[in-house]
Amino acid sequence: MQQQARFINIGERTNVTGSARFKKLIMDGKFEAALDVARQQVENGAQIIDINMDEAMLDSKAAMVRYLNLLASEPDIARVPIMVDSSKWEVIEAALKCIQGKAVVNSISLKEGEAPFIQQAKLLRRYGAAVVVMAFDEVGQADTKVRKVEICQRAYKILVEKIGFPPQDIIFDPNIFAVATGIEEHNNYAVDFIEATREIKRLCPHAKISGGVSNVSFSFRGNDPVREAIHSVFLYHAIKAGMDMGIVNAGQLAVYDDIPELLKDRVEDVVLNRRPDATERLLEIAAQFNGKGTVAVKEDDAWRSWPVAKRLEHALVKGITDFIDQDTEEARLSVERPLHVIEGPLMDGMNVVGDLFGEGKMFLPQVVKSARVMKKAVAYLQPYIEAEKAGSGATTQGKVLMATVKGDVHDIGKNIVGVVLQCNNYEVIDLGVMVPCATLLQKAKELNVDVIGLSGLITPSLDEMVHVAKEMTRLGFTIPLLIGGATTSKAHTAIKIAPHYAHGVVYVPNASRSVSVVQSLISAELKPDYLARVQDEYVRVIEQHQRSRKHEEMLTLEQARANRFPLDLQKVAPAPRQPGVHVWQDVDLAVLRDYIDWTPFFLTWQLSGKFPAILNHAEVGMEARRVYQDANAMLDRMIAERKVTGRAVFGLFPANSDGDDIIVWTDESRTAERCRLFNLRQQVALRNKAPNCSLADFIAPVESGISDYIGAFAVSTGFGADEFAAEFAKAHDDYNSIMVKALADRLAEALAEYLHMKVRKEYWGYAANEQLDNEQLIREAYQGIRPAPGYPACPEHTEKGTLFSLLDAEAQIGMLLTESYAMWPGAAVSGWYLAHPDSKYFAVSKIGEDQLSEYAAKKGWSRSEAETWLAPNLR
Amino acid sequence: MSARLTTDQFKQLLAQRILVLDGAMGTMIQNFQLQEADYRGTEFADWPSDLKGNNDLLVLTKPEVILSIHRQYLEAGADILETNSFNATTIAMADYDMSHLAARINREAARLARQACDEFTAKNPAKPRFVAGILGPTNRTASISPDVNDPGYRNVSFDQLVAAYTEATHALIEGGADLIMLETIFDTLNAKAAAFAVLQVFDELGYKLPVMISGTITDASGRTLSGQTTEAFYHSLAHVEPVSFGLNCALGPDLLRPYVETMATIAECATSVHPNAGLPNEFGEYDLNATDMAAEIRDWANNNFINIVGGCCGTTPEHIRVIADVVADLPPRLPKPVSHSFNLAGLEAFSLEW
Repeated sequence: MQQQARFINIGERTNVTGSARFKKLIMDGKFEAALDVARQQVENGAQIIDINMDEAMLDSKAAMVRYLNLLASEPDIARVPIMVDSSKWEVIEAALKCIQGKAVVNSISLKEGEAPFIQQAKLLRRYGAAVVVMAFDEVGQADTKVRKVEICQRAYKILVEKIGFPPQDIIFDPNIFAVATGIEEHNNYAVDFIEATREIKRLCPHAKISGGVSNVSFSFRGNDPVREAIHSVFLYHAIKAGMDMGIVNAGQLAVYDDIPELLKDRVEDVVLNRRPDATERLLEIAAQFNGKGTVAVKEDDAWRSWPVAKRLEHALVKGITDFIDQDTEEARLSVERPLHVIEGPLMDGMNVVGDLFGEGKMFLPQVVKSARVMKKAVAYLQPYIEAEKAGSGATTQGKVLMATVKGDVHDIGKNIVGVVLQCNNYEVIDLGVMVPCATLLQKAKELNVDVIGLSGLITPSLDEMVHVAKEMTRLGFTIPLLIGGATTSKAHTAIKIAPHYAHGVVYVPNASRSVSVVQSLISAELKPDYLARVQDEYVRVIEQHQRSRKHEEMLTLEQARANRFPLDLQKVAPAPRQPGVHVWQDVDLAVLRDYIDWTPFFLTWQLSGKFPAILNHAEVGMEARRVYQDANAMLDRMIAERKVTGRAVFGLFPANSDGDDIIVWTDESRTAERCRLFNLRQQVALRNKAPNCSLADFIAPVESGISDYIGAFAVSTGFGADEFAAEFAKAHDDYNSIMVKALADRLAEALAEYLHMKVRKEYWGYAANEQLDNEQLIREAYQGIRPAPGYPACPEHTEKGTLFSLLDAEAQIGMLLTESYAMWPGAAVSGWYLAHPDSKYFAVSKIGEDQLSEYAAKKGWSRSEAETWLAPNLR
Repeated sequence: MSARLTTDQFKQLLAQRILVLDGAMGTMIQNFQLQEADYRGTEFADWPSDLKGNNDLLVLTKPEVILSIHRQYLEAGADILETNSFNATTIAMADYDMSHLAARINREAARLARQACDEFTAKNPAKPRFVAGILGPTNRTASISPDVNDPGYRNVSFDQLVAAYTEATHALIEGGADLIMLETIFDTLNAKAAAFAVLQVFDELGYKLPVMISGTITDASGRTLSGQTTEAFYHSLAHVEPVSFGLNCALGPDLLRPYVETMATIAECATSVHPNAGLPNEFGEYDLNATDMAAEIRDWANNNFINIVGGCCGTTPEHIRVIADVVADLPPRLPKPVSHSFNLAGLEAFSLEW
């Protein structure tokens, strides 16, 4: 273990993103048992323990605090220093407030620029922590030696010279990336790290070098002996170059000298990038050192010499379109009928993809790329099949008809489901968006489909789905109906939709589940059993729902009003600097890019984890990096070629509240009403008698005589997005088609965020001195809120109509509302600006009969209209 | 009074001679045999809870007693007076429902010590006297659960401590403190919060006072109450860059010696010690006499362990007089040269050897 003499082992297992076992214990709330994971690390020789609670489904801050507090009473663990590992500053800060010793924070970086970096470093010093600085700057993560050195040196100078941070307490993480991935540019990653280490140690006296070691061998997951050999060889050279510490599995490090000569030699070729075929040569021998694991297949030309069926499979699994026409042609010539190519090698290849996806060995973006290959191959064969007049088409497993319901324009999720089903050999007929019920059911009859799938994002779509279910019953359908989309839920499906249709209404939570659901529904043997199970589940969900409702005590509207949010009239925001309506006709998308909240983007691709930590996630990190790279390349194109346009219209108006309404005045005389915004009020009795809020509570009442204001905005970056996405779809490239729409959505959110900031700082100007980085913006650490009609604080969608006419959004920037009040283009955000420092988001939740009739009277609705629009808020 | 004391000036003084801290306040107050009515004075005559034992309150109700004790210690030769504000945080004062008085007590405590010091400095300008504004540990621990059934529970948070110490620090400085001293630290996390507050106050004010840090090794295990070794304690608070690091309370000089030696070996700044007058006897009294105590301390000085020395529980002006005498001619310790060694800490220190 000579190589480890000057090396600090940092235990890596107490990390929810790295250890499935630890994650499960934490998610299950078994904190005591999770302490044993830390204890084992220390017993195995970890000199520092890295603790990471960054998990989307977890209250990371609370989990971190709880774990650290428990850990403090375990002397055999607490004796070693702690490394607080999080990409979230609030988690880091909360952790440091629980640690009496001197800890290390992992990590901060120049990613968001110098200002937040300096601010965070100063605070870390004040908490008395050492710091890991990641080689990441405004441009991105450093991959080459030059960039690593440049960023670290810059960070060092800022820390040491500008703020007097002790140089010995700075630990650089110059990013360890996977080698032997088959991608040529990755071959030098280990060398880049080692060389950068040497140079950083020379240029930055007393600074330390660390890194996450297991990343380097990521391509060999499943083959632990080879991985351990790679770690050992990598460390041997990195430590010689000056690496001081690393996050490792302390119990699993091969001894350099004990590695068999042959393996060591080939691993060294890979790590040191000594020959171009190093990866291939290590692969050749890797299996003999393992026995069980599968080794990632490498991309190079060798596969071109394989039999054609294998080549097609490889192309499908790897998503390579370069040779697909040529290989498909070769396959076509080798079989009797062109259809046999589809039924034979192509389907076999897609089955492999389906299996790998099912086993979690492939991720959604890869699968979508596989589909692109498949579609290209089928497109190539199409003319031959037509020519042959083969008659009855390919024997698919079944036909699925899909649509986004009337009034809704959101289709990213639906498109993903479509692709996944196609990959699994289902014929998918996609009717697109805003599909009227009649059209949908007519097509279903005409095409004799096996399943109908409905998708929708906004809450009125839920009602349309109920309508479709009723119509299917009336028209005598017997095929199953699938329900999916962001606002749908098992409870809603069970309670509101399923009772209207007796032949199966199944809620599908995500794309990966769609295959097994459709499979069970199409098979005559599986179907009855499956539907019975779904029905049992629904009964349980309904019971649960009713039980939970019992605990909800409702107030009368009068009582709720008496318990309104008490507004501090001393703190009403000043008058806007630039009142009236403003229009931005062509927003610079390059600016918006920096305001993107990436985490939901990855969720679209079913890669869950917080950005940017997800890029280094042990399981999905590599795929996340790839999608991220593709996304940035696509963004480059969208911006450079002006493929999409961003527009915004917003206005700041004199306003006062009047009961639960907000009056928007025509002018400062505040005598004539321009329009009236109707708001709902929370009516459920809240814990600790917390106020029953309405948005009107955050605006100064008319009787106060105080001049208050409200803002309204509507933005979209979707102009041109559908057309651009369609270009890809036409070329059978669903991956990029989905990518364009997903990015347009992100840009719209970014535009909303950016505009809100401009309004706070300039147009309204009530927070002119605000200085927040993107993470703080995403956390909404600013004064004021921007609730959107259709979302929990103002859930009733038709108010969007008032908003749009107030801004004249259609004439000003061409944004439209559908009959369900969905916005077009789909990549859009609209809402109100409330500036009072105490204004906050809340959920209206359930309202009572009294509020329902009063609201209906105000809106001039019949009872049934009111029940339709307020359905989500009724019992 | 003269211009504000800077860290550099104080360091220069520390390089010239061993400075002497005062001794116990509580023991001295006992000699006055104050009764409940004395603690109450007129202002708190109707206070609902018992106030006897609330020694910090005396700066408001019996200022002449505190002033008299301060003068006795200065007379005995102390260079540095500790303000009578050990429990004067909103958190500790909550026991008497007197949180709202915390700032006032700190301000008044500093003012009284300031008055005494100024009198003596005026008499002998060659021997300037200094006021150390005392931030005590509070009666709660941020890293230990008070509930045996829930080791994850805490009855005070870092943020609450920061708020309490911020208020106290401001008040001590307003009252005229020359230095700030975090004292009797038995939970390092409490001290980190105190330090966080102090540094933040310095930022707000735009100037800094020298900071002294003094921890408490609770028993022969050699650890603080919250479990840290002397080294771990040092590394956990080294970021404060105090003018001195030291130990006080809990033990007499004999039992404290190994930890004093450790501190002297690692500290890259001055060291301070103010031990108890031995361990309490069965009546709760401390009976190590001044001569015996001074003998041990003289040995520390001979071994270059100390820069600042004084007394904690049970010590009297007599102890301080003898201690001041025995160290008067001995050279102060030279701080360890500043290095760039890398240190972390859990309950134990972790130091890189290369």
